[in-house]
Amino acid sequence: MQDTKAIIPEPASSLLSFVQSNTGQNISSCYQCGKCSAGCPTAYAMDIGPRQVMRAIQLGLKDEILGSSAIWLCVSCQTCSVRCPREIDIARVIESLRLLSQAEGTPPAQREIAVFHRAFLQQVRIFGRLYEVGLGIMYNLRSGHFFNNMNRLPSLFAKKKLRLIPQRTKGVSDARRIAARVKKLESELK
Amino acid sequence: MAKVGSNTGNQTAERVYSYYPGCSQLATAEEYDVSARLVSRKLGIELRELEDWICCGASAAHSTDHWLSLALPAHTLKQAEEAGLPLAVPCAMCFSRLKFALHELENKETRDIVSHIIEKELSTAVAVEPMLKILADESLPIPVVKPLSGLKVACYYGCLLVRPPEVVKFDNAENPQTMERLMQRLGAEPINWGLKTACCGAGVAFPRLDVVLKLSYRLLSLIKASGADCVAVACPMCHANLDMYQKDMKAKFGEKLDLPVLYFTQLMGLALGFSPKELLLNKHITNPLPMLRKKELI
Ligand code: SF4
Ligand code: SF4
Repeated sequence: MQDTKAIIPEPASSLLSFVQSNTGQNISSCYQCGKCSAGCPTAYAMDIGPRQVMRAIQLGLKDEILGSSAIWLCVSCQTCSVRCPREIDIARVIESLRLLSQAEGTPPAQREIAVFHRAFLQQVRIFGRLYEVGLGIMYNLRSGHFFNNMNRLPSLFAKKKLRLIPQRTKGVSDARRIAARVKKLESELK
Repeated sequence: MAKVGSNTGNQTAERVYSYYPGCSQLATAEEYDVSARLVSRKLGIELRELEDWICCGASAAHSTDHWLSLALPAHTLKQAEEAGLPLAVPCAMCFSRLKFALHELENKETRDIVSHIIEKELSTAVAVEPMLKILADESLPIPVVKPLSGLKVACYYGCLLVRPPEVVKFDNAENPQTMERLMQRLGAEPINWGLKTACCGAGVAFPRLDVVLKLSYRLLSLIKASGADCVAVACPMCHANLDMYQKDMKAKFGEKLDLPVLYFTQLMGLALGFSPKELLLNKHITNPLPMLRKKELI
């Protein structure tokens, strides 16, 4: 694949080599067969599908990728990675792009999904475990969709689905310590 | 593998596991935990819950924070290693996160960094197994007292139990059969259908319910057309997506589904003679009791 590299302009090859070294995947070897997009459950809702993401990396279209909804709508189902004839772990590539977009401060094209993930981790930092009711409340507050899922509450209550009191674990101090040490490590790595 | 008690040669040799229920199993998916424990005890499997375990970080950590997504499950892996027993995991999401972490920790550099974060020396010498594999083990006799005769079951695996194969090392990524064989042993009739490892929409129900409705409806409508009476699952996310939104699907796509979605452990429990109440069959949003009564299974 050396030949391909020679014809790609400098900025393109820098994104390409960043993602390749970050994920250990040979993205240059993608020959655009489209099998990844064909089997992707959420491709229909993405602005550009997995195949186009791969091409965009080859071409160095960084802004298009980091600002895409694809990197947020990917649910890491791994279908693409299992099926790619070039044995590229596409799910892993998309994961690294999602992390890169956050590191670069790109506004997420699917803000609600990013808000949901953050609200989830906040529960883990507070309680050491997921507190589903707390997640629901935090998500609604932070996303601005205050009444999201409210119509479901009566049936959830009737079936005793909701655990109103958070689970207690002494592990919470471990969870907090781990979160703090990850933060410290990541700021050192920057 | 499980530690086998001194009475080897005896078919019901004692099997002991550490147990990681996962957050959902003590809340919205309580019935999965309860039925898994009941069935295990009946089959002579001892589950010892890890003490003061913490969340695996699920897709939230995995999507937003690389090191956190390894360090949270690593904490659990370390606990399991210290307990010296294989780890039994009911939730497919937890299972996947733990297996991914194990896989990444095989890299020495990664292992050193994560060991530094959790302040404990990590090894990769710990076995993590899905509850499905443990309970469906064919060398384990199942004392069926109430065969699930005439019950047509669509076995649904979803994504995380079987993909990617080099990480999870379980069954087959495109056409797994573990649950089907288990259902047959219970006297039920597993149906053939084509989307048993397709995605239900996973964790995006809050931010993008439309996506979950579309993907989960695609599964349920095919299951319905294939003539199944119910769906068997091994994941709390799959369960929520398939069970909770059938009314929304009716409103959106115009098809009345009314397809009960049960944990495979609840179906095992029925065959082993536990009551619907013990198995918390009344907790599902799509009520399975009328169908089970009609089939004379309760
Ligand atoms: S399946 Fe693989 S080779 Fe085909 S387009 Fe996708 S990434 Fe490229
Ligand atoms: S892992 Fe992501 S990109 Fe790949 S098929 Fe699944 S949702 Fe699509």
